[in-house]
Amino acid sequence: MRFERYGKGLAKGLNITLKHVFRPRITTQYPEQKLTVSKRFRGYELVWDKSRCTGCATCAKSCPQGNIEIVTSRGSDNRYVVEKFEVDTGRCIFCGLCVESCPYDALFLGLDYERASYRRGDLVLSKEQLELGPGKRRSGYFRPEVESTLPRQTLLLDTAGRKKQD
Amino acid sequence: MSFWPLDNYWAHFAVFATVILAFVVIGVMAFIYVERRGFGPFQLRRGPNRAGPFGVLQPIADAIKVLLKEDIVPAGADRAVHFLAPVVVFLPVLLIFAVVPFHGKLGGLIPNLNIGILYVVAVSALGVVGLFMAGWGSNNKYSLISAMRVVAAMISYEMPLVLSIIGVVVIVGSLSMNDIVTGHQVPFFLLTPLGFLIFLASSMAEINRGPFDLLEADSEIVAGFHIEYSGMKFAMFYLAEYGHALAMSAIAATVFLKGWVGPADDYLGGLWFVAKTLLIFVLLIWFRITFPRLRIDQLMGFAWKFLFPAALINLLVIGIEEVAFDGDIPWWVLFINFAVAGGLILAWSKLFKLGGGRVEVAV
Amino acid sequence: MELRTEPFVLNMGPQHPSTHGVFRMRVTYDGEVVMDLEPMFGYLHRGIEKLAETRTYTQFIPLTDRLAYLSSMTNNHAYVLAVEKLAGITVPERAEYIRVIMDEMMRISSHLMAVGFFLNDLGCSVFTPLLYMYREREKLLDLFEMVCGQRLTYNYMRIGGVSHDLPEEFMPALKQFVAEMPSYIEEYEALLAENEILLARTKGVGILPRELAINASVSGPVLRASGVKWDIRKVDPYSVYDRFEFDIPTGEVGDNYDRYRVRIMEMQQSLRILRQAIEQLPEGEVCAKVPQFLRPPKGEAYGRIEGPQGELGFYIVSDNSIAPYRLHIRPPTLINLTALRDMIRGWKLADAIATFGSIDICLGEVDR
Repeated sequence: MRFERYGKGLAKGLNITLKHVFRPRITTQYPEQKLTVSKRFRGYELVWDKSRCTGCATCAKSCPQGNIEIVTSRGSDNRYVVEKFEVDTGRCIFCGLCVESCPYDALFLGLDYERASYRRGDLVLSKEQLELGPGKRRSGYFRPEVESTLPRQTLLLDTAGRKKQD
Repeated sequence: MSFWPLDNYWAHFAVFATVILAFVVIGVMAFIYVERRGFGPFQLRRGPNRAGPFGVLQPIADAIKVLLKEDIVPAGADRAVHFLAPVVVFLPVLLIFAVVPFHGKLGGLIPNLNIGILYVVAVSALGVVGLFMAGWGSNNKYSLISAMRVVAAMISYEMPLVLSIIGVVVIVGSLSMNDIVTGHQVPFFLLTPLGFLIFLASSMAEINRGPFDLLEADSEIVAGFHIEYSGMKFAMFYLAEYGHALAMSAIAATVFLKGWVGPADDYLGGLWFVAKTLLIFVLLIWFRITFPRLRIDQLMGFAWKFLFPAALINLLVIGIEEVAFDGDIPWWVLFINFAVAGGLILAWSKLFKLGGGRVEVAV
Repeated sequence: MELRTEPFVLNMGPQHPSTHGVFRMRVTYDGEVVMDLEPMFGYLHRGIEKLAETRTYTQFIPLTDRLAYLSSMTNNHAYVLAVEKLAGITVPERAEYIRVIMDEMMRISSHLMAVGFFLNDLGCSVFTPLLYMYREREKLLDLFEMVCGQRLTYNYMRIGGVSHDLPEEFMPALKQFVAEMPSYIEEYEALLAENEILLARTKGVGILPRELAINASVSGPVLRASGVKWDIRKVDPYSVYDRFEFDIPTGEVGDNYDRYRVRIMEMQQSLRILRQAIEQLPEGEVCAKVPQFLRPPKGEAYGRIEGPQGELGFYIVSDNSIAPYRLHIRPPTLINLTALRDMIRGWKLADAIATFGSIDICLGEVDR
């Protein structure tokens, strides 16, 4: 005679939840404590290297959203000069196709992710805002030379949540 | 009670009315904090920790937020019923505490009321009316379903609840809360383990918590009876819900855990009472966090086919013991009772069939 | 006097905590018993199929992420498979292995969510099992983020391969995950598999009979729970699935419990595939040379894979331009949903929600 449904499963469940009380917490205290993002993180902002860009507009062609606007003119030495380079990051889906398609490695994705703003207009980034500068952090997405310089990503696997050896 | 300055009836009344109000409001705040914070470790997170040190001000922040919200009465609602429901729900919660002995010497409002436990059971059942009013008055189908569930579940679970308490009453020979506390040298959760389990299960159903929170059932009927309530009225429901949990924990602590009795209870009696209440509440949190919800027919089946017969048998066993030992049950009877409880649960689970299930409906 | 009762109609959704998005069920109840049910779709319709016609073949990949957002990687795979079939592109071996690894990781992650939300619908009212499952999913999301830079919309697979090679930290982390995961699955089992309340709520509830499942064209774990041994990875192997050893777990009666069990067992099988894939992973290129503006020859192709929710297929018609002439998606969850009415008629309100949860739908995919 087998006894079933007398509460053994319930007791087991209670035991599991009780065990979890003594495990380390896995949450992060976000504004104070920030995790290192992936080296290939597709972050908020595009970073544009003016010196490398030839104004070929491959990025604009590859963008699924049609977000990138490039206006070029012919400069004195018969090369394109980028007059206008504008990205509407409010409509950007951060797929990274523009970065992948850039033949001159002039476009990078950013590493930042905290860019809420009160106005939609603020999300349209102009040439000056996009330009590679001291405050800009570039992501290693499709740019192995940048990727190797970035710190290791925090993984839940090696930090918290690991099961204690029972 | 010679040193007690409040021999005057009205002074006594005034003091304890204040104590009860303060106890309920602070207790509810503490319970909300304990529950929300207590969920944290069970779920590998921290729980609220932003408002004040360790998040202790969280309930206050919640209260302020809720009170500042707009009070919305849905079109087509029965305005009077909709307005009165929160009051009717909350009032019995306060009334229950009238007979709870907070402390041995200092007592409570009327801890020696000779029908104490009967009063508790009677008053706590009053809340159903309020819940039904809320469900009916909101003019919402979800809340109506919830109201129907409330009435069915509450009435069913009164039975085992009362029967499990009667077991204790039989041993003590008195209905007064104070007598129950001092009734036996062994705490009743050891002496009548089955009664304690039944009481715990049915009080969880009674206060709509844990696996029995059918009337709120947020994944099914959204929020049940208080779906159309906001602002102050919602706060009343929230207060009543946790107040009811507090009341049931307090009753369980008084009846089954010897209430204020503990080392140095001349001075620390109140503290023991609070600690035991909290212990029961933590147990309830633990159950709530682990179990899925029952279905309505299973809920009723559990009450009528499992808890009710078990409570009757429990009562019978206690009655036989009471007669056999001529009203003075020795402490070692608890071993017999444990064996009976274990055997009964095992055997009954074999017999117990939930039934219910699919109903054939015409295409 | 005779009491008269009337059935009443309740619109569950589109805003309801457990309709997994903006799904609407028009349910006729007799008290608590479901008399009739009419699913209503389309609240999240975004016209993704039409959008495909205005995008190049590569540009559509990010949009497939937004179908069933809990299984983006398999969506990518199904789409690129169809395009590769259309254009006759051979994929490097390493890329195929990486795709398999990603698919299986995605399957585990998606099943964790499916089971977690199913339990949530059953009324684990404070999310405990769901949060435990989030923990494991989080580890997988970390790995996805490491590979492709995002946690939800991966956009990782490309026509002809995958966009990146795996980073060097990836393999040790994945190995660690694969080693740890079985103990967590055991833990879920201990928490729930024998739980009396769960058994009472799920055993025999919401039965989808075998014949009905086949007739309704149901696929994935829902079909397998009804006892049909049908898995596209076995019956029509794509990628390199024919090189792995794994079983197809099936249920017996097709009730909610079987659907839950099948998902748990599939996670174990996925781990098994992952273990083999890690061992066999070859070196080499990860992407074939494909022009940016691919012009596949005129024709049509149907690529299908076994997604976490079922058979996900992309049907593409090409007119030799840079954009598909027509693209049609076979969403597994939409077709699984069509069996919902027969599964829950006659059951109680609570069962309706639970059964609905056991199908594991994603409105992004149902409405497209």
